[in-house]
This record gives sequence, C-alpha cells and structure tokens, in this order.
Amino acid sequence: MAELNLTGRVVGIDLGTTNSLVAYMQGEAPVVIPGADGLNLVPSVVALDPVPAEGGRPTVTVGNTARRALIETPERVIYSVKRLMGRGLHEIQDELKLFPFRIAEDVEEGEVPRIQLGELKFTPPEISAYILRQLKRNAERFFGAPVTQAVITVPAYFNDAQRQATKDAGRMAGLEVLRLVNEPTAAALAYGLDRAKEGTIAVYDLGGGTFDISILKLRDGIFEVQSTNGDTHLGGDDIDNLLLAIALDEIYSEHGVDLRAHPGAVQALRKAAIDAKIALSTEQAARFDIELPNGDRYQREIPREVFEIMIEPVLNRTVGPCKQALTDAGITPEQIDEVVLVGGSTRIPAVRQLVDDLFHLSARSKRPHIELNPDEVVALGAAVQADILAGASKSTEELLLLDVTPLSLGIEALGGTVARIIQRNSTIPASATEHFTTGVEGQTNVAIHVVQGEREMAADCRSLARFDLRGIPPMSAGLPRIEVKFLIDADGILKVTAREQRSGQAAKIEVKPTYGLTDDQVESMILDSFDHAEEDFAKRLLIEARNEAETILSAVERAPRSPAWAVLTGEEQAAIAAARDRLQAVNLGEDAKAIRDATLALDQATRRFAELMMEAAVSTAIRGKTMDAADEDLGEAVTAPHPMARAEFK
Amino acid sequence: MLKVIDTAVPIACWSCSVAHNDSTLFCPHCSKIQPAAAGDFFQVFSLDRGFQIDLAALETEFHRMSRKLHPDRFARATEQEREWSLADTALLNDAYRTLKDPLHRTEYLLKLEGAEIGEEHAGKDRKNQQDPSRVPADLLEEVFELNMQLEEMRMARKMGEEDPALQADLEQARKKFEGLLATVDEDLRAQWQVWDAGDTTARQAAQKTMVALLDRRRYLSNLVRDVTETLGA
Repeated sequence: MAELNLTGRVVGIDLGTTNSLVAYMQGEAPVVIPGADGLNLVPSVVALDPVPAEGGRPTVTVGNTARRALIETPERVIYSVKRLMGRGLHEIQDELKLFPFRIAEDVEEGEVPRIQLGELKFTPPEISAYILRQLKRNAERFFGAPVTQAVITVPAYFNDAQRQATKDAGRMAGLEVLRLVNEPTAAALAYGLDRAKEGTIAVYDLGGGTFDISILKLRDGIFEVQSTNGDTHLGGDDIDNLLLAIALDEIYSEHGVDLRAHPGAVQALRKAAIDAKIALSTEQAARFDIELPNGDRYQREIPREVFEIMIEPVLNRTVGPCKQALTDAGITPEQIDEVVLVGGSTRIPAVRQLVDDLFHLSARSKRPHIELNPDEVVALGAAVQADILAGASKSTEELLLLDVTPLSLGIEALGGTVARIIQRNSTIPASATEHFTTGVEGQTNVAIHVVQGEREMAADCRSLARFDLRGIPPMSAGLPRIEVKFLIDADGILKVTAREQRSGQAAKIEVKPTYGLTDDQVESMILDSFDHAEEDFAKRLLIEARNEAETILSAVERAPRSPAWAVLTGEEQAAIAAARDRLQAVNLGEDAKAIRDATLALDQATRRFAELMMEAAVSTAIRGKTMDAADEDLGEAVTAPHPMARAEFK
Repeated sequence: MLKVIDTAVPIACWSCSVAHNDSTLFCPHCSKIQPAAAGDFFQVFSLDRGFQIDLAALETEFHRMSRKLHPDRFARATEQEREWSLADTALLNDAYRTLKDPLHRTEYLLKLEGAEIGEEHAGKDRKNQQDPSRVPADLLEEVFELNMQLEEMRMARKMGEEDPALQADLEQARKKFEGLLATVDEDLRAQWQVWDAGDTTARQAAQKTMVALLDRRRYLSNLVRDVTETLGA
C-alpha cells in the first residue's frame, strides 16, 4: 500500500450466495446501507445487457434489475456464483447440473473456470467483483464520498482457495479488503456489541447455500473462537430443491407433463415451493395450486408434519458438524451459555427444534437468540469488524476477534500420506516451520505439495498448492537443510517462505495454487478504473442523482392521468407541483446533493399518491391471473438462489 | 512482561532509532511495534521453562498481548508494521496453543531440552501399531487379544452381523485402556513436579521417564482410537 488511508470509511460486506449487503458503523450501532431502490438486500445476481446497437461492450447490471432479466434472457444472467468461488473444473461439474448457465468451452482442467455469459466469459471472482462494485457504489451514493476499504465475510468453512478468490474479487472491484471475517464470527460480533457478557456461545448459521457452526468464548471484549465446523454445500437451497423435485415428479406421474421443458413453469413452481417453505414456518399447512401448460391443475397440500419428515435428512446433516465442534472445543452442550441463530433457514421451526435438542436449551430454560434479522446480522457484524480495523471509534476499541483456521494444513509425505503441520481450530495467524532436504546427489529442486483437510491420504484432501523450491546449492544428498515457513494469516490464507540454511541462500519458491488466479490475471481483471478518480466520482454522483430525478419527474408528469390523482386533495396536488418545480429548477444545476434532496422532497410529497396507485394495482392484479403473468411477477419477490434451476429426477 | 528476546546487544528501533537494551515487541521510547526475534515459546510469555503452568494467568497474558499485537490493530499501519504484527501474533498464537495443552507443552519442552521424541504422524503411526517391537512389553498379550477382536468385529460389520458379546468385550477393553491412559497422565504429572523442582541429574532422569511415558501414551491412545473407530463404524 503506497499511501495510508486514515480517513476513509471502512464498510462491512456480506457477500452472500443469495443476497449481498453492505453495512457501516453509525455511531455506536451498525446499520445496513440501502441501495438506490431503498432495499437493504442486493440479490447476488449479475446480468449482461444486450450488446449496444452502436457496438462496444455490453453493460453489466446487478441485483433486482439483473434478476428481472432472468426471465427474458436467462443465458445472460448468473446467480449463486459463491458456490463456484475458488473451485476447480471437476469440482463444479455436479454443481452445474443445478444451474442453467454453462462453462465456456475452451476451459481446461487446472484453469479457473470461466462462465459463458452471452458472448462474454467471466471467472467467478469477476462476477463477484460486479456484485461488490454495486455494493461499493451503494455505499458511495449513501456517503457521498468514495469508499475504498472493506471487510468481507466468508463462510467459516471456506478453504484457502475460496478465501483467496473472494479477496481477488474485492481487488477487482477496486476495494482493498482489510480483512476476511468468518460469517458466524461476524454474527457473534453483532450480538456481542451491546452486551458486556462473558461465557461460551454457539453460532448456528444455516444460510441459502452453506452451513457453519462456531463455538466462541467471550471474555472482556475478546471473542475467542474455540472451534468451527460446517458444510459449504448445505442450506435452504437443498430444501427448495427437494420440494421442487417432488412436485416435478408428481406432475410428471399424475399429469404426464414434463415441466422441465418449460423453464418459465419450473421457475413458477420453484417460487411456489419457496413460498410453501416460508409459509410452513408459520402455518400448519401450505398448498400448491399451479396451472399446468396442458390446462390441468396441480393441487397439493403439504401439512407441516409431512414437510418436517421430508426435510429431516437435510437438517440432520448439521448434527455431525455441531457435535464435532463441541468435541473440538472440549465442551459438552450444557457448557454452551448462549446460542445465536443466523441465516434465513433458521426461521424453520424444525431447525429451531433441532438446535434446542442439540444444545439442551429448553431443558435449561434457555432460548436461542433471534433478536437481530438473520438476513442482516452477518453484514452488521462485518461493519463492527470494519470499525475495529478503522480503529477510530470508542465503541469498538475494546473488542478483538481471535478466529481459527477451519481445516488442518498438511504436506504430502512419502506414500501419499499427510503430515499435518497446522491443526484445524488453531488460532490465526498461525505458523509452522518444516525442514526439507534432497534425496539425490546435486539435486537443486524440491517439490512440496500442500493440502488442506482432515483425511489421512493427501489424495482425499483438498490440494492447495504445489511449491517448487528452486536454486538449492548442489550438495550431497540429504545435506541441504531447507527451512520452509508456513504462515496462515488473519484472513485464513496461507503464505510460504523458504531458506536454505547451510548456504544461507533464500531458496526461490514458485507457488502454483491448484486453483486460483495469478497476480497478473487479477490485475488484468480489475473492473474499469473510473471508480478511483475523485473527479469521475463527482461526475458519477451527479449522473446518478439526475437519473433518479428524471425517473420521479416523468412519473409525476404522468400522474394526473391516473384515477388515483383525483382522489388527492387540492392541497396535496399543489404540494406535489411545488416540489416538482423545485426539483426541475435544481436539476439544471451541477449540485448533486441539491438534486438528491429535492428528489427526496418530491418523493415525500407523492407518498400518498403512490400508496393509492399501489392499492389500485393490487386489486387489478388479483383478477384473472395466468401462468404467464405469474411468471412475470416473480421478478421482485423471488429470493431463491436458483430461480431457473432444473431439478434432477432421481 | 513483553520481553521476548534474551539478548544484551542493544537494538536500534527502526522508527525512532533510539537503541534499547531491553528488547521488547514495542519500542520503549516511541512505542512502535518491533520485529520478533527468535526465542522459545516460554520466552514469549516471559516464563521460565517448566512443565507446570498457571493456565488462568497464561490466558490473561495471551489476551493482553493479543490486544496489542493483533493484525486488527495494524490494519491501516505501514506495510512493515503489518508484517511484524502478523509475525509477532503468529508466534504468540503458536506459543499459546502449545503451552496451554499439557501434552503439547510436555513434548515441546522435552524437545527444547534435547530429548528425542517419536514422530507424530498419522500414516506412520498406523504402520507402527502393527509392529510387535513397538508394543509395550506388559501389554503384549492384551494387545494381541484386542487386535483379534477388532479384526473379528470388522468382519462382522462387513457381513452386516451384530455381535453383542464381542461389542461388550470391546467396550470393556476400551475402558481398560482408557484407565491405563489416565494412569500414564498421572505419572507424567508426577514427573513434571520432579523436573520443575529438581537439579540437573533429577531432570535428566525425569526427561527419560517422560519420553518413555509419551511413547506409551501415544500407543495407548492409538489403540483407544482404533477401538472407538471400529465400534462407531
């Protein structure tokens, strides 16, 4: 870092599988920063607009607008990219069966896979970078100042490659990633902020695509993680897929219709499955009632009991990691003082019951913590950590997070076995020093294979990197003594240095990550640089402010034609006209803030009118809905990560 | 309490250039973080070498030093300071992790004192377990019997058969070996006291005993692990 950035804000980002959020510390409490649409959640969806008529590169959109494009141009949209981060080609083959998008044809094994999006190809970190850039812009719009530093959260069980890929994405988005924080730990921070508590807490985090369990000890503001475990492929998606597969199966056997041939219908069914899942958290039964393309209706009632039996195998997959985490922390369930629930899937009553049983909560007259919105708590915690790193605030100066590495680090030894050098659940930063020598006279190279995982054979672990120690002075076999230092930094990412001790020469290391981008590749993928320049920043703010002003002005222009307009009083109509005139006046100037303030004022003045419009729209929508219309409605409300997924028949 | 390096050579602070004899992780003059020099884990905590440790005091000191050294405190410092903070904290964490665990602490201190300790290596252990010369003499017969039962159990499991009698035998055996493990731990603790209080001759003898006890312990805990794995499969 060439110059120090001591004044800029550090934001906290939850880069989620389904939704992403950005938050910051407002005084003593973390708050989520809404986007231009006023919403806190930015769907983790990226779409490529059509190629402009005049040529050139098509623009990229993110969030709700991108999600709407899913219906018209599914081949130009990507979602749930977090599942592909830091993974190799053969690792994502199975995963891809659930996605409508595909890998570029020229990708070779060992390369970072690129995804074909329309006529362009993107690596997963690039896609994530677009999401991060959107969050960065939302924050800049909110502060009216550039944002260049961030804390980003990752699942605690993410391995080295997945973490590195996330950091790469930050760099591409023009963000200096000051720290990667584990999601459950972040949630604990959000909860621990206003309680000067001591004790042992368990964070059970069941999100859209990943599951994490972390056990932490709190003492004097120090959050010391004792153990962590999880499954990076377990979440609400699995429940949606289950419901969807059953429905598709029944529709095929009872009505002879294979819905998979109708992507729009699959999407409608998926939405119905998600709605049913959500409804079953509060109702005793949910109903499917879907019109099929052949005119039949698929009607099905799912009682909660049946639903709970159906999802039991999915939920039970969280039990093993929880027990292992307890064992690794060396404690019994009774020693857990508090349990924190994180992630949308923890709204399911059966999940809460499972957690209650696991940690003997009711038996001890305890309840899990659910006070903070489970969709937002991770971002809020990231904002707390961002504030700690900025070191600028009284409210967090006593807090410190001591996290652990989730997986053991080892090197491949003779016979393909693993020699473990850093055990899982070691507090990070952690290091280990190993000595290597040569086996052949005059040998100048030693190859080292680093793996991550708990299995005894290297082939069963995750290959992290192959290091080639080169430039060893030629000596008799066994004489050189090469000291290699492995260091896992505070982000959970491995760094390696080596030295030949007899000659005192620093051996050269060539690090070949098994899956990952090189520095040069990341450099070449940095998104357009205009984010950095101050002048361009001001220009962009002005353009954005004008766009927002134009949008509301044209809506107000059309207002008198709406029947709702007549319902307004003369005073209300006059107030709107005055606010409109004011906005039109400042919109001619160059003052972005004045334009935004006037836009906000006009928005306020038209609030009642908007409500009247909304009521009218709803009553129209209720009449005579068709399958196609239902499809189009999906845009706003779908929160599933795989809206277009084809379910697999087993 | 932050004293880490044991050296009489004055070192000039990289930041304020003031030389100080009292080598610390923070310059006594300008309070800037300093690179950690090579020292053992006891020195990190300014402790004398010894097998018995006040764990509560160790934790308090670990937290106190973490607050000062952790990379979170240097997120916006110069690259050099961030690097030292990372290295210093890694050393602090490595030291704490090793010293707080009685077994790791014992092995570490024995190695520091020049004792040769058997390698901890999963793959190797599995093979050594089969090697009769590695079996503690007093356990030869029981280990032979246990290995037979384990083999039988694995076969039964493979065939999908239940064998409650065998299961009970194995559980009985596990209890017995766990009891033996507890005895080893007691013996180790006794040797800690001998070493910590003794002179050079007493220490030499205690070290030798502890190395043998650790060998036996490793063997027993592998046996218990095998039984647990077979029963749990």
